This record gives sequence, structure tokens and C-alpha cells, in this order.
Amino acid sequence: MTILIGKNPTATGPTAASSGKGAQIRLESVTKDFGLAAPAVDGVSLTIEPGEFMTFLGPSGSGKTTTLNLIAGFETLTSGSIYLDAQEVGTLPAHKRNLGMVFQNYALFPHLTVAGNIAYPLRERKVPKPEIERRVREVLELVQLQGRDKHHPAQLSGGQQQRVALARAIVFHPRALLLDEPLGALDRNLRSALQLEIRRIHREVGTTLVFVTHDQEEAMNLSDRIALFHDGRIEQVGSPENLYGEPETLFTARFLGDSTVFELGDQPVTAPLTWEDERWAVDQGTVAQRARSAARTALVVRPEAVGVVRERAQVPQGANAVRARVRDIEYMGAYRTLQLAAGAAGVAGRARIPAADKNYAIGDEVVAWWHPDAQRIVAA
Amino acid sequence: MTTIAPPDDQRTSAADVSTPPARRRRGRGADPTPIWLGIIGALVALYLVLPTLIVIPMSFSEATTFVFPPKGNSLWLYRNFFTGDKWLESLQNSFVVAVLAAVLATAVGTSAALGLHQLRGRVARLIRSVLMFPILTPSIVIATAVYISFLKWHLTGTLTGYVFAHAALATPLVLVSVTSALGTFDATYLRASASLGASPWRSFLTVTLPLISRGVATGAVLAFVTSFDEVVIALFLRSPKFQTLPVQMYNSVVVDIDPTIAASSSLIVVTVSLIFLVALLVGARKQRR
Repeated sequence: MTILIGKNPTATGPTAASSGKGAQIRLESVTKDFGLAAPAVDGVSLTIEPGEFMTFLGPSGSGKTTTLNLIAGFETLTSGSIYLDAQEVGTLPAHKRNLGMVFQNYALFPHLTVAGNIAYPLRERKVPKPEIERRVREVLELVQLQGRDKHHPAQLSGGQQQRVALARAIVFHPRALLLDEPLGALDRNLRSALQLEIRRIHREVGTTLVFVTHDQEEAMNLSDRIALFHDGRIEQVGSPENLYGEPETLFTARFLGDSTVFELGDQPVTAPLTWEDERWAVDQGTVAQRARSAARTALVVRPEAVGVVRERAQVPQGANAVRARVRDIEYMGAYRTLQLAAGAAGVAGRARIPAADKNYAIGDEVVAWWHPDAQRIVAA
Repeated sequence: MTTIAPPDDQRTSAADVSTPPARRRRGRGADPTPIWLGIIGALVALYLVLPTLIVIPMSFSEATTFVFPPKGNSLWLYRNFFTGDKWLESLQNSFVVAVLAAVLATAVGTSAALGLHQLRGRVARLIRSVLMFPILTPSIVIATAVYISFLKWHLTGTLTGYVFAHAALATPLVLVSVTSALGTFDATYLRASASLGASPWRSFLTVTLPLISRGVATGAVLAFVTSFDEVVIALFLRSPKFQTLPVQMYNSVVVDIDPTIAASSSLIVVTVSLIFLVALLVGARKQRR
């Protein structure tokens, strides 16, 4: 059961993560109703595979943290069931579930030292003393906090405290690791440093990991798969590439990355589309499954797929185009973003142009274009 | 002028860096205490403490009745106290009652504080006010009520009776001190300990209790002292076989006219002061860490 390989961290890939790959977590129609207007979690079904890095992403109040708390056993199910591998744990108290948890505010015990905090789960499990000492040492090495064992939590920085919390949550080889916005209280630089750290530790320990965040960049950086929450339900589950490149709904398209959105109303998505006085071709491969049966649809296109020209004659053959006015220009270092007002309605759009391109000024009339295979037609 | 200004600016900013802002603010904000205020304060303090301290010189008196100012210099009152059966016995009774009442009140008061902390809302406020009754009700009313009901249950003049009555009196004090300790207690700690495999009882022992220990200890000391010097209920519950030190002292003045009370009072003053002093010092040391 040596899950922690502290001696040679770089040499261990996901496959070297050893016997305990972590449990499969299966949610079946999980519902939590606090007695408010709408249930906080409403019939969520999801299978998290052993060893997977799954992120629950969503705006606040979307049910992602409540779902995590239901898995951890901090909240009771209104209905549905939760399985860890084959075991139904829906009614099992939190302390018998054997799941590691990391909290946003760290929740380190202030009366115990770093070593005392990390040893806590081992003491509760009556692990013999020499082994506790060895495992605390190993896990401190894993989170790169050697020599801090005698410190009290209050003497450490926020980032260090969160490493201790992480160490405490993995030292007892839990069946899965649950992290509730663990980087929410840290500043930007520390966040990205700890993101790397969490990814490395996940690779080395190889446990199933459920990560809650409202930060879409963080979700895309870290995850194997993302479950996007919206109003207590899962809007879409998939890899970061899948959610960004093939959103099913307008909510998904808007939540991950920037997009320009053209409302299409209820027109059929099989024929060429009309938007104001423009006519656009449809690549059937870009029509989302849910858009085919949806009452209303929308066309979305990412800024990096949008090109800008002066005259309609310059638009490449077969591309869809719309006239637009430059509202603003943002210099982003590596590139420039043109903020556009498209069509008569002045729909807010974005186009990414090279940083060196200084040909446009605010107020210019331009034509924005994109290839039909770069757009996406989603349920609105 | 313009060439001089920049170095001037620099000098002030350097001074800013060298003086810690906290100390400077305190120096500017707090005026020195005026002398007349100090004198009034000292007089009020004397007024409060002097009557208590007067028993100490009295306890070394040679006289066989109460004489003030005390005459002579002798320890015979102390000899009286420590050799007389009734004094030692009532001291022992008081001590046993106070310890048991403190234990009971601490257990009940701490449980109540924990429960009410989780309950919150209007119900919790209502229960909290009800639990404060023993502090607000005049002790003679409580004493009468206790006497009437304990007569029926044959608890007057028994150790059990004293312990129950005193524990009820002291519970609100424990409730208050533990509640204030819980004010800074973060409930996430209990989620953390549960996720780490600790049952609710283990979580209480290893996380909650250490973090509220000062509140619990303060409550226990207050409960002990409350019981130790309680006299009104004790007067009602006394029997020839069982009485506490305050009742014995009351008797010694009213019935026996025995100056040994001066020795016992001094002992109580010194003991209680020591208990609070130790509690204060331990508290201060914990806070520093």
C-alpha cells in the first residue's frame, strides 16, 4: 500500500501510482432539497472513474459544493444514491467514508502542530507510532514542507497551510480526495503554483480527485473531465477540450471562454441561416445534439476563429461574415482583441488579431468573418 | 525651494519606515492618565477591597470576642480552626460539595452551550434566557423553592441535595463562559475531523474541547467558587449532621459569638484569590502562545 512515493517524485507517472488508484464514485439521481424555492441539487447522475481528476465547475449557487458535501457526507441526501465502488454510502456518516477533504479556509486545527495535524487521521486509525512518524515525514516531503513539522498553522503562509491541509487529507490513503475551492483564498501567483502542485500530487498519488471551483481557467488547466453545474443540474460533462470546443448549450459556451453569440430564434438549423440581412452556411458537424431538438438555438463563435477585414470582397470564399463596428481595442501582449458591435443590433463580439496589427481604430467599420466549421450551433 | 523639497520628503518617509506604525498610533492616541483620576480610582479600589482585607489582621487577634482594632499577635484562632471538629468538617463538606457541583455544572453547562451553539435562532435564544433564570432570580426565592421541593424528596441536609442545588445555580455561569469561547470556534473544524475519520465523540474530545478549554476551565472555577461561598440555600438545606463552611461561619457569629470566623474568612479570601490568580496566569500564558 505505498501510495506515496516521496523519494523520487519526478519518475512516477500516472501508472506508477500503485495499487490504490482510488475508488469509483457514482451518483444516481442525487437530489438535495433544503426546502427553498428550488432544490440545491436536482437529480444529478454522474460516474467519476478511479484515478480521474474531475472538476465540478459552475457559478455560485449552482449546486457544485452541495454535491461535494453530499459525497463527503456533510449533508444528507433528499433522494438518490451515492456509491463508492460497489458500496452504497448515501447514509454512511462522514467519518466512516474514508474520503480526504480539503477546505477553502484550510480548517487546520490551530491547537496542533503541522505534524500533529497530519498525524491526526492516522492516530484516529490507531496506526502505530513509528509508522505515523514515517508517513508524516514522507507526506511532508511530497508537499515540499520538510522541516515545518513543529510549526503551528498560524505561523505558516496561506499557501503553506493549504499544502499541510492537502498532506493531512492524503496521508491516510483515502478512497478519493475532495477539494472545495482549495485555492479560492490565495492570490493569483500562488494559485498557479499550487495548481501545478495539485496536478503533480494527483499524478503521484493516483487517487480519484474531485475538485470544486468557479474559475473556468483553473478547471480547464487541471481536469481530466469537467462537470459544469447550472441551477442544481449538470449542464454538460466532458473533457476541457470537449466543453470548450463542442458546447451543447449557450450556458456552456458562455461559461467557458469568450464567445460571440448570435441568437437564431426558432429557425431550422438544417438549412442556411438568416440573421438580420446576413445568410450563413451551416456545417452539420457543428450542430450540437441538443440544438437539433431545442426550441431556440444560437450560433456561437470563439474570438480566435474570427477574422477581420475592411471590405466584404476580402472575405474568403465560403466563410460566413457580418458587418461590425470596432468598439474598443485591448492590447493583451501576445495578441490584440477587437471588441466589436455586430450587425444593426450591435451584438457584442470579439475577434483576436495579431499584436503587431495596428491597422484598426475605435469606430472603424469592418467585416468580421469565420469559417462555418469553426462556429457552433447550440441550444439557447 | 524646489531643490530642497525632495530630500525633505525622503527624510519623512524614512522616519515612517523606522517607527512601527502601531506604536506611533498608540503614542498619539492615548493621553497620559490625569493624577486626579488615578486617586479616585485608588480610593474606589480601597473601598471595594478593604472590608475583605480587614479580616486578615483580625484573624491574628488574641481576644476571645470580636475586638476592633485587633489586639496582640497570635495564631490561636487558626489553631481553633484546624483542631475544632466542626470547622474542619464543614470545610471538608464545602469542598466536596463545591467540587461535585462544579463538575456537574461544567458538564451540563458545556453540553447546553454546545447544543445551543448548533441550534441558533429564536428557540435557542428562548432556551438561553430560561437557563439564565438562576442568575436573575433572587437567591432567597430559589432557596425557598429548593427547600420546599427538597423536603418532599428527602434531599435536605444531604450531600446530593447540596450538589444539585449548587450545580443548578452555577450552570448558567458555565453556559456563559463556554458560549463566549464557542464564538470563535469554526464549525468547519468538525467537518475536517469527520473527514479524517473521527467520530462525533472523538471530534469533541480531540478538537472541540481543546479549543474551548479556556471557557470550560473558567466556567468550572466560577462554578466552584459560586458553590463554595453560597450561603442562602445552604442555610435552608443545613441539618445538624451536614453543614457547609459559610453556614458554620454564620452560626459562629450569630449563635456562638466565636472569633474563629476571622481565621476561616482569611483562609477563604486567600484560597479564592489564589485560584483566580492561577487561572489568570495560565490563561495569559496560553494566550501568549
